[in-house]
Amino acid sequence: MIFSRLFSGGLDRRVLLLLILLVAAAIAVPVLNLAVPPSSSFHMPPHAVTLLGKYLCYAMLALSLDLVWGYCGILSLGHGAFFAIGGYAMGMYLMRQIGSRGVYGHPVLPDFMVFLNWKELPWYWYGFDQFWFAALMVMLAPGLLAFAFGWLAFRSRVTGVYLSIITQAMTYALLLAFFRNDMGFGGNNGLTDFKDILGFSLQAPATRAALFSTSALMLALAVVVTARLVSSRYGKLMVAVRDAESRTRFLGWRPENIKLLAFTISAVMAGIAGALYVPQVGIINPSEFAPANSIEVVIWTAVGGRGTIVGPVTGAIAVNWGKSWFTAALPEVWLFALGGLFIAVTLLMPKGIVGVWEQWRSSLARRRHNAPVPPAEPPAVSVSSPAAAPVTGVALAARPQPAE
Amino acid sequence: MSSNNTILYLDAVSVSFDGFRAINDLSLVLDKGEMRAIIGPNGAGKTTMMDLITGKTRPDKGEIFFDGDHDLTRYDEADIANLGIGRKFQKPTVFESHTVEDNIALSLKGPRNILRTVFDRRSAEESNRMGEILATIRLEERRNELACNLSHGQKQWLEIGMLLAQEPKLLLVDEPVAGMTDAETEETVRLLRDIATRHSVIVVEHDMHFVRELGVKVTCLHEGAVLSEGSIDHVSQDPRVIEVYLGR
Repeated sequence: MIFSRLFSGGLDRRVLLLLILLVAAAIAVPVLNLAVPPSSSFHMPPHAVTLLGKYLCYAMLALSLDLVWGYCGILSLGHGAFFAIGGYAMGMYLMRQIGSRGVYGHPVLPDFMVFLNWKELPWYWYGFDQFWFAALMVMLAPGLLAFAFGWLAFRSRVTGVYLSIITQAMTYALLLAFFRNDMGFGGNNGLTDFKDILGFSLQAPATRAALFSTSALMLALAVVVTARLVSSRYGKLMVAVRDAESRTRFLGWRPENIKLLAFTISAVMAGIAGALYVPQVGIINPSEFAPANSIEVVIWTAVGGRGTIVGPVTGAIAVNWGKSWFTAALPEVWLFALGGLFIAVTLLMPKGIVGVWEQWRSSLARRRHNAPVPPAEPPAVSVSSPAAAPVTGVALAARPQPAE
Repeated sequence: MSSNNTILYLDAVSVSFDGFRAINDLSLVLDKGEMRAIIGPNGAGKTTMMDLITGKTRPDKGEIFFDGDHDLTRYDEADIANLGIGRKFQKPTVFESHTVEDNIALSLKGPRNILRTVFDRRSAEESNRMGEILATIRLEERRNELACNLSHGQKQWLEIGMLLAQEPKLLLVDEPVAGMTDAETEETVRLLRDIATRHSVIVVEHDMHFVRELGVKVTCLHEGAVLSEGSIDHVSQDPRVIEVYLGR
């Protein structure tokens, strides 16, 4: 029922293909990992499962950034903060699952609290022994932060570079705060040594495969939500704000509310991505708040193609695959490669991989179309528009210009 | 305060930016259903006046009332737009990556609740209304085209169409024929005359030929105040207007 309604609006073909791939991966990867014997060449080693799962979490983070940047024009340089907060919420749950199996064997307090001579659990750790509560916090904590931050920033009409800088400041402030031992989140070391999730051992291959499948399915869900959102009337308003904010305002809409909703939804999505990431990598520490992380997310999105749904997912997976390869083969070159990639994408392919693909497709289609037919007949010009420019194809058509 | 027949009432409005008096003791009254042309040299305060009426700028002193007793100095842009004032910018400003149809759809009068727009579907009534507007601005054939593919003149008309979709009581139109061909200018005159039969309109324009074509009462601004007001013949023969504006 719900599913048919979701698809009744007609999802883009590429989005549909992405969904099929994600669902297929959610089924195939556990099978290749668990059911195929290690001697077979089709066997997928456990570390590959974890690595792919990590990429999918990054893809979800990039998708959440794309929702605000690509569609609503808000360049957030602090999206890593929402990812990290979601990760910490999950980390707190996993910490409390350790119970008395910690080094100090305290039944309630995590190891780092015993080490710091804390006598009792701080109030903000209450409830995290329950999975449902932690899952709620994974969405609520980043959502509330984004709502409060966005409410202040968008109402004061902070836009453009200034907004990017304060998002950067926000994640940096959180980085410093989480470094402090007094905060009660494990300080410099963060949260680690997780044992199990929902009663299943995190070291077990089956749990890891299940976490991968969950990541793939959650990403698929995020893709569906984003696709529905951007094709709704609200999605059109987001693009309207991106292209001509004052026009939107003088039509009686409130751009600050449009941005606030997008920013909050996006932060929740980033939080969920962070929560899926932490059990797979086994640690969450303050370095996840580092501004450089948030900037990397911007690069993934730009490389894939912002303002599209398939783009950020492709970009995040491609760049991170490159990173895994580079940091193994040529570790000292990676940052240069990343910087060079960003410059190259900005200069040569402003619409990213998806844009290049589209251009290639349309030029191919034109060549095939033009080959047998002699030059096209003069384009029809409407009566009331003597100045109308003839439109000769997607690639030649005027590019949309932001009004401000 | 203002009579029942007044749509817009500005009384002794002043505003300065960094000591520069952009608007200086400006008073202006617009009747319901009236179309008014505003002319004046660069820096006369034409655009600032629009900013004051639409809530973008707050006056330092003076009163601005709209349609009875709405004190416009107390509302922001979105509120004022919903009260019934539509504004066309000097540079045509449309949503370039949306189709012509979507541009109109986003402008249609209706509730401006953001959460509702997530689940809203287009109603038949809205489609009818859009059809009417597209016919008025003569862009029916290009309704599914992206706005960035329109010519300059067509973008101006689209923006006027978006204003009409808001169903405003008062339209503020800033330099609608700047950069238009003669044929397009003719078309715009027709369009504005048509609109003026149902709405109050203020047109700011430099093109004296166009103002003459409109054939309405003219106000000439200079240094933020009214220099001369009356028919086009009266204003264009006023020696002060000739000195500061026409006779260069």
